[in-house]
Amino acid sequence: MKLLTCPVNGTRPLSEFVFGGEYRVPPAADCSDKVWADYVHNRHGAPGIKQEWWYHAPSGTWFIAERNTLTDQVIRTFLKGQEGKQ
Amino acid sequence: MSARLARQKGEWVNRASTIKFSFEGKEFSGFEGDSITSALWASGEQVLGRSFKYHRPRGILSLANHDINVMVTDGMDTNIRGDVVPVAAGMALAAVNTDGGVKKDRSRLIDSISPLLPVGFYYKAFHTPKKMFPFWENIIRKAAGLGVVNFNYPRILKRKLHAHCDVLVIGGGATGLSAAYEAGKSGLRVVLVDENAQLGGSLGFDWGGSQESANLLQELLAKLESLPNVSLIAGAYAAGYYPDHLIPVVTREGITKVRAGSVIMASGAFEQPPVFRNNDIPGVMLGSAAQRLLHRYSVKPFSNGVVFTANDYGYRVAQDLLEAGIKLAAVVDLRSDAKDGPLAAQLARRGVKTIAGSCIYEVQANADKTGVKSVTVTEYDEKTNEALTRDKVTLECDGVAMCAGWAPAANLLYQAGTAMRYDYGVHQFVPNRLPAGIFAAGRVNGVYELAQKVQDGARAAAQALLHIGLDVPELPSVQPSTRAQSHAYPIVPHPKGKNFVDFDEDIQVKDFINAAKEGFDNIELMKRFTTVGMGPSQGKHSNMNAIRILARVRGVPVEQIGTTTSRPFFHPTPIGHLGGRGFHPHRLTPLHDVNHKLGAVFTDVGAWKRAAYYKVAGLGVADTVLAEVEAVRTKAGIIDSSSFGKIEVHGPDAALFLERFFTGNYISQAVGSSRYTMLLDESGVVVDDGLAHRLAEDLFYLSSGTSNAAAVYREMQRWQQIWQLDIGLVNVTGAYAAINVAGPLARQVLSGLVNISLDDSALPAQSIRETEIAGVPVRLIRVAFVSDSTYELHIPTPQAAFVWERVMGAGQALGLKPFGTDAQRLLRLEMGHAMPGIDTDGLTNPYEINAQHAIGMDKPDFIGKRSLQIIAKRPVKKTLVAFALEAGYAGEMPFECNLVIRQGEIEGRVTSIAYSGTIGRVIGFAYVAPEHSALGSRFQIRADSGALVNATVVSSQFLAMQK
Repeated sequence: MKLLTCPVNGTRPLSEFVFGGEYRVPPAADCSDKVWADYVHNRHGAPGIKQEWWYHAPSGTWFIAERNTLTDQVIRTFLKGQEGKQ
Repeated sequence: MSARLARQKGEWVNRASTIKFSFEGKEFSGFEGDSITSALWASGEQVLGRSFKYHRPRGILSLANHDINVMVTDGMDTNIRGDVVPVAAGMALAAVNTDGGVKKDRSRLIDSISPLLPVGFYYKAFHTPKKMFPFWENIIRKAAGLGVVNFNYPRILKRKLHAHCDVLVIGGGATGLSAAYEAGKSGLRVVLVDENAQLGGSLGFDWGGSQESANLLQELLAKLESLPNVSLIAGAYAAGYYPDHLIPVVTREGITKVRAGSVIMASGAFEQPPVFRNNDIPGVMLGSAAQRLLHRYSVKPFSNGVVFTANDYGYRVAQDLLEAGIKLAAVVDLRSDAKDGPLAAQLARRGVKTIAGSCIYEVQANADKTGVKSVTVTEYDEKTNEALTRDKVTLECDGVAMCAGWAPAANLLYQAGTAMRYDYGVHQFVPNRLPAGIFAAGRVNGVYELAQKVQDGARAAAQALLHIGLDVPELPSVQPSTRAQSHAYPIVPHPKGKNFVDFDEDIQVKDFINAAKEGFDNIELMKRFTTVGMGPSQGKHSNMNAIRILARVRGVPVEQIGTTTSRPFFHPTPIGHLGGRGFHPHRLTPLHDVNHKLGAVFTDVGAWKRAAYYKVAGLGVADTVLAEVEAVRTKAGIIDSSSFGKIEVHGPDAALFLERFFTGNYISQAVGSSRYTMLLDESGVVVDDGLAHRLAEDLFYLSSGTSNAAAVYREMQRWQQIWQLDIGLVNVTGAYAAINVAGPLARQVLSGLVNISLDDSALPAQSIRETEIAGVPVRLIRVAFVSDSTYELHIPTPQAAFVWERVMGAGQALGLKPFGTDAQRLLRLEMGHAMPGIDTDGLTNPYEINAQHAIGMDKPDFIGKRSLQIIAKRPVKKTLVAFALEAGYAGEMPFECNLVIRQGEIEGRVTSIAYSGTIGRVIGFAYVAPEHSALGSRFQIRADSGALVNATVVSSQFLAMQK
């Protein structure tokens, strides 16, 4: 079983986490219908480095993991809004 | 006739303890520490099993824990591995896969007709006509295969443990012990596992006629004893590699899942057989198997043998055999350049001749085919890989030790994602690029010489420590042996075949050649067509030769052939080890015991156990549920709703959070009132609904259905992460129990218990009050989910049972009855409430369920708003309608998901349907085309049998239809 590092609670087994899908920034509300529909319905399946939402269920912590979906290596994890902080 | 040698240093058997057992009805004895195989071999038994396909007699091949031809049953357990399982007193054993015993197996006739059964024969011969296949399959399954499963086998639960260490060393040979010592000196937690009953690996048996190995083993073990932080575990094999260094370690007692900081694979190598005719006759065995017999169990493999070698290892084996007093007729060396080497000279001094550049062309069995009579030796052309049969020499002997080379025990390395390369110096696959934190050392790394293995183990340990952050000096790397330890092509063709490559599955050289001719010339295809490596040993003794043969057939170097996928588990593992105990947590409501006493029958709702209905003696389930419904409609009912999701939103931005999260308006909501909540996802699909109760300007209390509660709370937390509003979210689902009291007499039941007025004017529908029942603080909510007059009591969990009893007491005289989720479902349907998740699916938008009233499109934003703006521009494609079947309908009952059919086309589907005793009609919800959604419209439902059932669109105020 994989391990994942919650930025608040440290490294824990994957069974404690819930995957929350790719982290994506929505377009502005005044975007065209087409742009919005693309945001809502289309996902990129191509492997590569992705930012993903993960939830540490026992503590209720959402955070973002940067993961290479080709090698399944997690590069870093951070709380939203704190990506720059160490 | 006993083949047991005199007592010797380091032997595994305890001669003080004799063990009596039987095999195939005959009594035998062995010593404590013997394996089943070694005890039998010591007693002179050589036919220990029958092969999978041809039922040929088989004895020992490797003695390296993957001798699949020696599998026995004790009537209860089957496929007991003879070379692994220690013999125990009173065992009554028999070989598996025989028809009438291992000696007189009636299926042995298959061997004589084997030329008629080429590779792929079964696939081709029996697949047509199709209806005959089950007949043939039955016969083939009986004739070919392994043991028979005893269906009276008891359920044995094996424990599962978890362990953690800094460095895990796999393999307890010279390399592994050296690595464990080097890593252990750091003081960190080091665990070493080895699959054998005792540690030492080849140090324990590969002596080459000297005591050097045995002494080194003593020395290493003594050094390790001084390190209490190192645990050495024998009889435990690493069964697979899982991400982030999780290694299940299997022992007879069960599985321990070990999480390691770094892993050292010192798993060694599997000796590979040379391939020649009749290389499977009992008495023909690998050189290392002969050494294991000699030094672990003090048993002679044979008395007068021949060593057939294609590497230097054969000479070490020859020295060990001579030391044990075994006569050697000759050493036959496949390599022409071995003739005048120092190894041959050493043997010559002991009176053993070396026949170089030659091969064993075939083995002759003795009269009753239980052993070896003689071998035929011919010259071998290493360029064309052919035996030159013009001069044949026959050597009388009773056994053969075979040494042709090795294959790395790299199964776990492959699983971890190691890229291997073929090294032409050592002639073996070796790791090329290892994943982070995994280090390979010793034979698996191509390192063979004893001193170098010790060095390589220490080198790997230093790297493992560096990996987990220790500041230790790196040690120089050790290169793979430059002298070939394996022969590039130890295969002797023979026109009559029976030169076995895979002993599990009885696969001969010609089977590979035929498979390639038929077009299965990719290693993965060849594996599937010939079944090479698909037997219980998973190719441990056969994959390498298969690769070499395929490379030769295709005329490409071996590294271009690649290897097949190596999967867990590494050895056959009992199902009971894997199954073990399940862990399926479920939640009980605080009123579970109360419900139980009342005769509740429980059902699973999400993670919760909820009362489905309360059993009544002499009443069927359907009637029980209808009676519970009737109580609610005519008097009063009480239900445990504690599993409902309950969330508090605190803080100045609480109302703003709700406005953004749900579709409705909450800023204007009055304290003490309740409002409907609907949650959409970003694409505008209905996800969930519930109620928001405002307890204060800055405190909302949210309640929602059971099954979605956890997911909705999770979404709230995620959006709060994004929005960063000034609020706090508290999931109080477990902190509060909930009880609904519903029905025309509900107010009367409660009025004496609370000190507030329950009049419609004081407590109108959709309102909440904080009050007390017998001193217990209670949140009292007026809802209309199952009946117009419903009161929901939210009670601190510890006092839930107390309040329930108070309410039951107050309702006793009024006919208050508990009801379960079955009745609740029917009650809510009668009330005309469509439920997300039941009456909606993953594509339903609010316009399709007529929920426009719940949507505040004038709000600045809420989840799904932008999508609704787009959806609103388009025509609605389907509409949820309430319907009823004709009064008195007595035909086939349609079910949920039955289709709505109009003129042969699918128009929609039924989402809820039930017979309502209150109304006396079958009622439900269904999707229909919007143009057919007007009241009074008619449509047809196709029931399971295909019958069309007439339905009419009615008002969702079903209760208005009451008689």
